[in-house]
Amino acid sequence: MDKQDLLADYRTMLLIRSFEEHCQQQYTRARIGGFLHLYVGQEAVAVGAIGALKPQDHLVTHYRDHGHALARGLDPQPLMAELFGRQTGTSKGKGGSMHFADDAKHFWGGYAIVGAHLLLAVGIAYGIQYKREVLGQDDDGVVMCFFGDGATNGGEFYEAISLAALYKLPIVFLCENNEFAMGTPLSVHTAVTEIHKKASPFMPGERINGNDVVEVREKASAAIEHARSGQGPYFIEAMTYRLRGHSAADPQMYRTREDIAARRSNDPIELLKQKLLDEGLLDNKKAKKIESEVEKEVEAAVKFAEESPAPELSEAWDDIYAQPL
Amino acid sequence: MPVITFMEALRQALRDAMHADERVFIIGEDVVHYDSAYGVTKGFVKEFGDKRIRDMPIAEAGYAGLGIGAAMNGLRPVVEMMTTNFALLALDMIVNHAAKIHYMFGGQFTVPIVFRLPNGYGQLSATHSQAFDNYYAYIPGLKVVAPGTPYDAKGMMRAAIEDPDPVIFIEHTGIYSVKGEVPEESYTVPIGKSNLLRDGKDVTIVCYGRMTPMVQQAAEKLAEEGIDAAIVDLRTLRPLDMEPVIESFRKTNRAVIATEEWTSVGVGAEIAARLYTEGFDYIDAPIWRVGFDEVPMPYAKNLETAVVPHPESVIDAVKQVLAGKTQRIRQQ
Ligand SMILES: Cc1ncc(C[n+]2csc(CCOP(=O)(O)OP(=O)(O)O)c2C)c(N)n1
Repeated sequence: MDKQDLLADYRTMLLIRSFEEHCQQQYTRARIGGFLHLYVGQEAVAVGAIGALKPQDHLVTHYRDHGHALARGLDPQPLMAELFGRQTGTSKGKGGSMHFADDAKHFWGGYAIVGAHLLLAVGIAYGIQYKREVLGQDDDGVVMCFFGDGATNGGEFYEAISLAALYKLPIVFLCENNEFAMGTPLSVHTAVTEIHKKASPFMPGERINGNDVVEVREKASAAIEHARSGQGPYFIEAMTYRLRGHSAADPQMYRTREDIAARRSNDPIELLKQKLLDEGLLDNKKAKKIESEVEKEVEAAVKFAEESPAPELSEAWDDIYAQPL
Repeated sequence: MPVITFMEALRQALRDAMHADERVFIIGEDVVHYDSAYGVTKGFVKEFGDKRIRDMPIAEAGYAGLGIGAAMNGLRPVVEMMTTNFALLALDMIVNHAAKIHYMFGGQFTVPIVFRLPNGYGQLSATHSQAFDNYYAYIPGLKVVAPGTPYDAKGMMRAAIEDPDPVIFIEHTGIYSVKGEVPEESYTVPIGKSNLLRDGKDVTIVCYGRMTPMVQQAAEKLAEEGIDAAIVDLRTLRPLDMEPVIESFRKTNRAVIATEEWTSVGVGAEIAARLYTEGFDYIDAPIWRVGFDEVPMPYAKNLETAVVPHPESVIDAVKQVLAGKTQRIRQQ
């Protein structure tokens, strides 16, 4: 395992948090449309797990994808431009919040049909195996696939874990259990609330503390090593909590302000900050400096998005096919 | 030129593509140990080994998604869906994913995959005797082909495998044994081009896939009666090429659309609409459609025979059109 740079992780977590707060503001000002699923409160999962991936590895996720994109090192400017529906966006303004992607970084995108992208991730992993075994390429990539607890009840979930196990594919399934599927609590949507147990007949797995970036990094590294060494898939259930609504338009009738307040003591960013202060890796002055740097970076992203042109109308007809006939 | 069956033509194209490009592989139910449900890829496992052709569990969404992911990651999968009825379980993968991925990520990823979807009937009753050609033809982002001759089957399968976009390849158990001239060497027939199979001055019959050989038979019988029918084989349902259809219609001013599907809201309905909009100036008679009677497929032989189209159904429709009769579509 490469050594974890906790200060860098702290910075990335702050970047995600700040990006999301700005998104909320811009949504309120109606500059961002559609569904906007914020990642506030879950930052340690993306930063810890994606930090354990290598450049040749692959990342697939669902619609709550901002944190995953930033953790994989995507530039906030084209991401914000995508949210504004601009030509300079990562998907030329045609995907929006739920469909961030970056080919060059093996970030295969956010997908918006719950549970479905697990199968695409399985296919990408199948591709790696095929390239190795049939084409003789020395591709040692691993796929990491993120999804929520709500994605583990439908058929596509079971087809995905079943195929991944059958072919011993190099893939890590990473369930972010934030205790809710939209407004439906965990115990209301599933009989097996320890989600990792659903996969246990097919592959090894475990439940981890998703609010501790150190634990996430360590467990994710081991899972990736397992998959890379040819032992097949691995399942991680990261326990976390979404501190904002399901989407920016969610009135959150299913929980109280007090419920949320009680969870703030487990805010992964505060936990990490305290650790860094305790260990003398950070002081208040340095913390302020990082915060203001991050803030500037996101403000620049908003400015970039504002100043970017909307797509030409002809863009609507582009990319339907790779090879139009 | 050798005369071979439609199935053999498909087999040749698949084999040629497998030899030409190691990225091409076949997945599907019962393609290895059972050695192919209908026999299209019979013997492939001996020739190519079990990594190039692989049995999939009965999990249609699962292996459709596996194929899509592998295609995104640079491979060229051919996914045999066993039958079009079971492919319904993979619609999310095909419609929400294969068809959308290139567009919604602004062209960053391509999905060069072929889904082979055999239709058919034969006393298999309601759930095993359907056609969903219109489901796929409706979707921007998919290319949908349904060749009607062995020559086109071979050329279009090769074209489909080489195409960088997702292609739905509609086959039919009732056309597998149809024979025709097919060159031995490898070739492609372009996707997206309709084909005037037979010129004629009295009526234009539009068809594709399984109906094409039936329409050819009907046209021969009509010729014996002095009726000169043109045949336009669509071959591709999306993107649709109406030019040869309109060109022929301009001469005949009359049309019959013969498709093997429930008539209402089918592919034939789209062709009729296009004839009314793009060909309005040339219409001399109501356009008729031939298809399944709009009932779930019954089991009993006499009932099944009564509700599916035959060459006689096409001949009858042509005569109705020539007599200027209007058509009523029955739904219950
Ligand atoms: C197949 C499907 N059904 C329903 C929806 C609507 N929907 C979007 S997100 C969501 C909740 C998913 O919850 P979970 O998987 O736990 O992820 P989280 O949002 O908590 O990150 C629902 C019901 C959808 N997008 N796709």
